[in-house]
Amino acid sequence: MSEFALKINGSDHKVDVAPDTPLLWVLRDTLQMTGTKFGCGAGLCGACTVHVEGNATRSCSMPVSQASGKSITTIEGLSGNGLTALQQAWIAEEVPQCGYCQVGQIMTAAAFLAKTPHPTDDQITQAMAGNICRCGTYDRIRKAIHRAAGGGQ
Amino acid sequence: MTPLSRRDFLTAGAAAGAGLVIGFYLPRNGASPKNGFAPNAYLRIASDEKITVVVARSEMGQGVWTALPMILAEELEADWKKIAVEQAGASMLYGDQSTGGSASVRTTWDPMRKAGAQAREMLITAAALEWGVPRATCKPESGYIVHASSNRRLSYGQLADKAASLAVPTDPPLKQAKDYKIVGQRLARLDTPDKVIGKSGYGIDFRVPNMKYACVARCPVFGGKVANFDDQEARKISGVTYVGKIGDSSVAVVADSVWSAMQGRRALKVTWDEGPNKDLNSAQIYAGLKQAVNGKAAVLYSAGDIAKVSGRRIEAEYQLPFMAHAPMEPGNSVADFHGDSCEIWAPTQVPQDVRDSAGQALGIDPDKVKVNITLLGGGFGRRLEHDYAVEAALVSKAANTPVKVIWTREDDMRNSTYRPASYHKLSAVLDGAGWPVAFSHRIVMPGINVQKGTPPVDGTDPEIKDEASFVYAFPHALVDHVLTETPIPLGWMRSVNALQVGFAAESFIDEIAAAGHKDPLQLRLRLLEKDQNLNNWQTARMRAVLQMAADKSGWGKPLPAGHYHGIACFGCFNSYSAEVVEISMEGDKPRVHRVVGVIDCGQVINPNILEQQIRGAIIFALTNALQAQITIDKGRVVQGNFDTYQPVRITEAPEIEAYYVTSSESPTGAGEPPVPPLAPALCNAIYAATKKRLRALPIIS
Repeated sequence: MSEFALKINGSDHKVDVAPDTPLLWVLRDTLQMTGTKFGCGAGLCGACTVHVEGNATRSCSMPVSQASGKSITTIEGLSGNGLTALQQAWIAEEVPQCGYCQVGQIMTAAAFLAKTPHPTDDQITQAMAGNICRCGTYDRIRKAIHRAAGGGQ
Repeated sequence: MTPLSRRDFLTAGAAAGAGLVIGFYLPRNGASPKNGFAPNAYLRIASDEKITVVVARSEMGQGVWTALPMILAEELEADWKKIAVEQAGASMLYGDQSTGGSASVRTTWDPMRKAGAQAREMLITAAALEWGVPRATCKPESGYIVHASSNRRLSYGQLADKAASLAVPTDPPLKQAKDYKIVGQRLARLDTPDKVIGKSGYGIDFRVPNMKYACVARCPVFGGKVANFDDQEARKISGVTYVGKIGDSSVAVVADSVWSAMQGRRALKVTWDEGPNKDLNSAQIYAGLKQAVNGKAAVLYSAGDIAKVSGRRIEAEYQLPFMAHAPMEPGNSVADFHGDSCEIWAPTQVPQDVRDSAGQALGIDPDKVKVNITLLGGGFGRRLEHDYAVEAALVSKAANTPVKVIWTREDDMRNSTYRPASYHKLSAVLDGAGWPVAFSHRIVMPGINVQKGTPPVDGTDPEIKDEASFVYAFPHALVDHVLTETPIPLGWMRSVNALQVGFAAESFIDEIAAAGHKDPLQLRLRLLEKDQNLNNWQTARMRAVLQMAADKSGWGKPLPAGHYHGIACFGCFNSYSAEVVEISMEGDKPRVHRVVGVIDCGQVINPNILEQQIRGAIIFALTNALQAQITIDKGRVVQGNFDTYQPVRITEAPEIEAYYVTSSESPTGAGEPPVPPLAPALCNAIYAATKKRLRALPIIS
């Protein structure tokens, strides 16, 4: 066990865990921030996506030792207050069904839109290719990203 | 439905209300009323105007937390904005609480309507008594009873206490479809806001104080057992607190954190007694199915006498693999065993089965097992099993601690229950003009229910009979089934046996059309042209969905260069579904551009939710049609994670148009019926493009 300093959603946290513990389980178990989901444990499905230094990152595949000292954003801190335009678009387009993958979808989309504020359909497809949804909400994910992008930021 | 005394109800409310503490319920949900009105187990109206509707099905993405309350609110004439939803746990009050078979709306349609109507009638009476006016002059209106001539109104909350003192009517009048104000509306799902902020509580998110975490090593070979295990290295992992055998074929590692439990399991050394299936592989399974084709067959449908027909004969064989549900939330459950009782929090489609099976496994009275239902991160039938919950209960008992058992993705893929692999032999006889006069379909597959212990009925699994629907008026037809056995665990996966039967039958219909040089749509319409009830299916309704799918897709009209259409239809779970798939070929792989899906499922409760189901079912079906299969080698599942079992991603997702037939027939299934037509429509489009007939799934393997 080792102590790691984490900066999550603007707050400092100290955790005492094994250095190879994936960030996902530190968030979910140690810090009880369960919005970030476990889907595959292998970086294949995107359910565990968070932002590390603004980049969409698979928290299941990043050891806490690598996350230490970096600025981490989870769904709990995506919007400071209220909902982001992206989350509002997700509601307006009624995207979720079971909802389990949606936090990861939103985190991926948010990091993408921050860098590509006015994406094309193809850019959305490429950006979202790493996130699996078994309920098949892809068409509404696409619409919601377009809506958020067109919403004037 | 038997009216329940208030005391019975409060007992139920307390059971369901346990969830309020853990915050699984919607944000507008509140505490049970200290006073107010609870005419039945589905509804409470508090003096403060809060209306709580209890949902006795599981929310797994299909929208029951919204659709079922809409049905009740319609009859209640409630103000939809005041409705809060509460998830029932396992109970004796709601009949069968299983969520499956596309049955949530169709089986709660009557009780939910009646529950709302009972309350409405009592509120009307309460207002009439309050005002001393004739009952007939009091009308319900969006959460109020109104006396128009005196311009008086009382809210449901104001009337709640008085209504509670009245007798519950056993047979209240129900509204007519033309008067619906809530049912049929595109109301927003109540569970959406929490799902976009990460606040929704799935099973995997649930915790109780002092809870440990467990991972379980299960025998990788079906039917195998633990010979012995060495936990010396596992116990060296920091945080591991317990290692022990659970049942005959698994070993649990319990730890202070998920990661320690996972690491502990990695370090655990288990020697398996691999049992009788250690050499089994997919090729043997397929060969066995094919070999069984001449076995004793149970007749599922017959007309005329196919043996007496002569003419041009065509034949084909089809084969489908095992498939896995792979819901996004891997298996998990929290259990807290206390000597003679146990409480379970599970993402389950079958709370009552969990209760009974856990009670049996623990050796305690099932009444001492309390089962709470969390949100489900997808179900698709996987959570009709109760293995994950029973396992958690046993680990809690063995390790003497509240525990959350977590399955990894590989655990789920390799220890699931699978859609049965199947073999099909079909034949048809064509007349001189190329029209078919005879059709036969022999289905060879094991029965899910039979494997689970239900005796066969007339030589078949009754569900196969239900799902091998046949609606075409061939003068001579025979659909029959050879029941086989397999050691691979079988489960109900979205659309169940209808997927296999539909793929073979609707692909072969296309073969018949091609052999006779007929348009595949025109052939189907001709086989359905006479209005009749055939094998419990209405030919007119199937014709209508086919025609709508054809019209909306532009069937028969010019397509962009290199684009081709395929069509198929199928009936299951009492609903009718038709799809047209538009593709082009990229090398030897199809690119699916567009799918038009049409359903007739009777009265639509919420078009938004229905369209979600159609679109989702098409994507779900596309995954297995294109690329995902479960194969067996050395008695084990080969696939483990999403690299080897690849669900369709946004990169392959086509444009989907979802339509439904407007109807006031009683509602029928929606979640599953759009699944079966997809694969045959896709393969029929591939045939149109390439003249190559695909008779096995997946297309890309």
